[in-house]
Amino acid sequence: MKVLVVGAGPAGTRCAVRAAQRVPRAEVTLLSAELALPYDRVALSKLLAGEAEVADLITHPVAELATLGVTFRAGVAVAALDRAARVVTTQKGECLPYDRLVLATGSSAVRLPLPGAELPGVLAYRDLGDVRAMLRLAAQGGHAVVIGGGLLGLEAATGLAARGMKVTVVHAMGWPMDRQLDPEAGGLLSTRLGRRGIRFIMPAATVALEGERHVQGVRLDDGRLLPASLVVMSVGIRPNVALARDAGLEVARGVVVDDAMRSSDAAIYAVGECTEHQGRLIGLVKPALEQAEVAAAALAGEAACWQPVPDSAALKVSGTAVWSAGEISAETAEAIILRDEDAEEYRRLFLRDGRLVGAVLYGDTADAGYYMRLIAEQRVVESRAELVLGSSFMDAAA
Amino acid sequence: MTRSTCPYCGVGCGVLVDARGNVAGDPAHPANQGRLCSKGTALGETLDQPGRLLHPEVDGKRASWDAALDAVAEGFRRALAEGGPDSTALYVSGQLLTEDYFAANKFAKAVLGTANIDSNSRLCMASAVAGHKRAFGEDLVPGVYEDLEQADLVVLVGSNLAWCHPVLFQRLVAAKAARPGMRVVVVDPRRTASCDAADLHLAVAPGEDVALFNTLLRHLHAEGLTQPAPGLEAALAAASGTPALPAADLARFCRWWAATPRVVTLFSMGANQSSAGTDKANAIINCHVATGRIGLPGAGPFSITGQPNAMGGREVGALANMLAGHLDWSVPGEHAALAEFWGAPGLATQPGLKAVELFQAAGAGRIGALWVMATNPAVSMPDAGAVRAALERIPMLVASDCTRESDTVELARIRLPALGWGEKDGTVTNSERVISRQRGFRPWPGEARPDWWAISQVAQRLGWDFGWDGPAAIFREHAAVTTLARPAARVFDLAGFTALDDAGYAALAPTRWPVPAPGAQGGRLQPTARCVPTPPRLPENATSAGFPLALLTGRLRDQWHTMTRTGLVPRLMAHVPEPLLSMHPDDAGSLAEGALARVESAWGSAVLRLKLDPAMPPGSVFAPMHWTDRFAPAARINPAVNPAVDPISGQPELKHTPVRVLPVPMAWHGFVLARRPLPTDLAEWSARLPLAHGVWRHELAGQDAPAAAFARLRAMVAEPDAAWVTLDDAAAGTHRAALLRDGRLLAVVFLGATPALPARDWLAGLFAEERIGLAARRALLAGRQADGAAPSPTICVCHGVSAGRIAGAIAGGACTLAQVGEATAAGTGCGSCRPEINALLAAARVAEPA
Repeated sequence: MKVLVVGAGPAGTRCAVRAAQRVPRAEVTLLSAELALPYDRVALSKLLAGEAEVADLITHPVAELATLGVTFRAGVAVAALDRAARVVTTQKGECLPYDRLVLATGSSAVRLPLPGAELPGVLAYRDLGDVRAMLRLAAQGGHAVVIGGGLLGLEAATGLAARGMKVTVVHAMGWPMDRQLDPEAGGLLSTRLGRRGIRFIMPAATVALEGERHVQGVRLDDGRLLPASLVVMSVGIRPNVALARDAGLEVARGVVVDDAMRSSDAAIYAVGECTEHQGRLIGLVKPALEQAEVAAAALAGEAACWQPVPDSAALKVSGTAVWSAGEISAETAEAIILRDEDAEEYRRLFLRDGRLVGAVLYGDTADAGYYMRLIAEQRVVESRAELVLGSSFMDAAA
Repeated sequence: MTRSTCPYCGVGCGVLVDARGNVAGDPAHPANQGRLCSKGTALGETLDQPGRLLHPEVDGKRASWDAALDAVAEGFRRALAEGGPDSTALYVSGQLLTEDYFAANKFAKAVLGTANIDSNSRLCMASAVAGHKRAFGEDLVPGVYEDLEQADLVVLVGSNLAWCHPVLFQRLVAAKAARPGMRVVVVDPRRTASCDAADLHLAVAPGEDVALFNTLLRHLHAEGLTQPAPGLEAALAAASGTPALPAADLARFCRWWAATPRVVTLFSMGANQSSAGTDKANAIINCHVATGRIGLPGAGPFSITGQPNAMGGREVGALANMLAGHLDWSVPGEHAALAEFWGAPGLATQPGLKAVELFQAAGAGRIGALWVMATNPAVSMPDAGAVRAALERIPMLVASDCTRESDTVELARIRLPALGWGEKDGTVTNSERVISRQRGFRPWPGEARPDWWAISQVAQRLGWDFGWDGPAAIFREHAAVTTLARPAARVFDLAGFTALDDAGYAALAPTRWPVPAPGAQGGRLQPTARCVPTPPRLPENATSAGFPLALLTGRLRDQWHTMTRTGLVPRLMAHVPEPLLSMHPDDAGSLAEGALARVESAWGSAVLRLKLDPAMPPGSVFAPMHWTDRFAPAARINPAVNPAVDPISGQPELKHTPVRVLPVPMAWHGFVLARRPLPTDLAEWSARLPLAHGVWRHELAGQDAPAAAFARLRAMVAEPDAAWVTLDDAAAGTHRAALLRDGRLLAVVFLGATPALPARDWLAGLFAEERIGLAARRALLAGRQADGAAPSPTICVCHGVSAGRIAGAIAGGACTLAQVGEATAAGTGCGSCRPEINALLAAARVAEPA
């Protein structure tokens, strides 16, 4: 059975390797549009910050992939998909037949349609190529502006600051990482990063990128002009669905998949950030890898079912562990808050009807699993003060 | 090593003090034979008191002794000129030494010419004095402490001996253990710790004691046990009433008493503090007189005093209704003899105002000058709100005290620094008539001086030279007074001391009076006695639909008076660290354990934390009288106490005030632990007390928004360069915070919607830690270790043993007091906690039926 995997990000690579291991007599081919070997995208921030070399990021050397039974082809971009013929066509016109196709096309960084957005020096922060371009510009020093204070934007900002640039983050909301953090945790984070020289302008919107042959500044909606020889746009991602849509697969925001990661075409699976499952996208590596495992099992004819756990985000932002899960807006829930000024620790739990419905942990995330379980179980919590102090106190109270 | 006498209760234990202030029981003293209680054991910790008054002050400013004494003399002179002798007064204390007492009495009656000198003994045992005088013609305690050990039946009436006179209680318990046939009966509305030793507890209603002993007298007569005695027929005719007790218990009591010739009936404030206190004393004495069981080994009525020198005050006559040295106006020739002896033609000619009357007169503007010594009437008097107002109205209020931090000293215009225990030098007399020396072993702090010296200095300014060069001279004069107007039937006789030289005084060993000749040692007394009719009377103010409960006030094991001394000793404060109102659960209605409750009478109110206690009799509530403005302003109970008094003794009825108890809704309850005392107006309700390591505990409750109160309290303890750990659960009303600097704990602030908050002891212990690690910081907010059990209260003060550890020892197999002691050391120190350990043992036995 010919298994063709399009996209060599973490999900695609994992799925290819597992399919090779599990599907009898499978011929697995893994296509990558990038030239590099499969690498750890999550670790791009280390490369940017100078804590790792490119070689450290490679997760699967060619030889290893070959040993595992995966044919890896780099620099191969797919242009079209003929489902009836079960053939994909590369940009170079090559036709690659398949018995089962796995789409792992990932997502692209959103580029705001601003005046000047195409200027040289305006970059996304998505892949190895972006990081290499950032490092080239950073080597000259000067000012950088990161548009977007999400996780990736902050990683870009800390990396560039570590490289010696004067970095300003422009964020649309009042605090960074607003989707994972509540305002207070976000405030702690921006304060902490501020001590490393990163300036935050929040909330603020960018109206234009200015410069002639190269970007020179960022114009904000209040008229301010921020000098910048490098602008990183990090305002979100969009699933890469063009191939699937053109082939007539069911596509909403992402490629719609069932619990076994099958698309609307039973011969085509999709995994990772390009998928949409029960109306939801994913944006983190952990569920993407889970999806890859499920798809590989399904390819092997096993009953497989992906059960997303409630949203949770365990992140390390420039050395600070943060974690959040469930509902983290205080609108309808009661909050229990723990703060430790010296340790720079903070946690906020959200309860409704005596049940834990959401949590934000900043600094110490050791109890993340415990809270995750409580959120999932929806059990009424008796001792609220102990709850926020952590599982060790709950056990003693019980 | 200095031999001295403990300054707390009327047992009058001998102590040995070493150069460093370590205190041990004196094995050679007859009262205690080496024993000490929790308070006495902690005496060494009270020597260096913060807040000592070290210099005279006039109108709030430091003044020289000369200027201050001039001001006092001028104040008395003006009052005498404007209102005559009876517009002047002294209010003194059973804390004074006999010599100071003597000087005060002489100053009032001879120099000022008024008998307006009363003592806080009025609150304590004035009824016993009056009872003695009616029965014996003189204020005599016939028995000695050994009687408690030699008796076959000991009846404790209105006495929580276990807490208030722990050393005597231990002697009693030891005797009972040695002679198991000995019986103890406790007559008390409350099931007190003393019931631990009781074979029978008679929970009389407040005020029923007369009916009980009338019933006993009738029974003794019916059984043919009475012998002819003056007044017996009249007493029998008046001996009506039957207390509302279970018939079998009452019958058993009468049977035991009748069948036991060696019987001691010991009575204390529970009997005395009543509008029928004198009748209670006489109803008790009647039974002993009628059966001849008096002044014999193991037999007699026994009044025990609360204060270390109440007896000394009675001996010198420093009460408004006494003259001096058991001399009396009513006995022809005695007044004249004293006037001549003192060279005092203006010697007061009639009794003066007793305490309650005195402050009522002051409230009415009839007192121009009052000198208060070593007592705190602003807190301790009934209807204390009115007393406070009266003190404020006196043009010249002088207070002599060793502490600056007393509610009364605060109100005084002139403040004179007095010596405290360990500094002053003189004698005291205990409840068994034993005169003992209190000796100084410490230098006088600041400009503090003996009270007798200050008194004689003012006297000098008013034209009187007392001519004393020290306490020995005063003691000799006191002894000489007892020899006046003789021959007489007066038993009180110190003739043997009139020629005691200074060296003999310095070396004086404990001596029981009468001492008619040098070297004599008094024994039991068999005075000429009469029975007194005691028709039962109800308490003056009856409970009613509006005020359905009877308030009783009293004492705690580890506290003394208004806490000016014991309140500064952390391990004494640990026993009962909050002002509690005890109430039987059946009376609680909607009131919950731990909630704040307002005790309200027609005179005033106080707010205390409610403790539901099955040991209370239904219909009565109990509050300790110790708490003051300095510790718990809202919990001062005496403003609520009725000013009713016994018509003969003038002793206030502190054991019966009709009250109602209402819930006090609070938005939050909380506590603050900090390294310094914070003001007592932190919240609507507050109580503060010192803990070990210089930490102060503040128990609080408030009606403002919890989050706002939390912010306010945090701001109050905030310090630069310190960091907070906080927990906020606004929806539940829970707010907790700990403040640290470099890992050292500076303060904790806990607020909750209910009184259920983590135990303070464990948190307080963390103030001793040099460095609290990051990982342990959450435990601060939990109030306990992550995997630890909740901490529990301290039971054994001497060895710092908690209830939890004692329970652990019991669970581990300890079945007796001794075994608990072996396992934990609890109860092996002063022994004051043994009743509570026994209660834990008993509870464990109930929980685990055989």
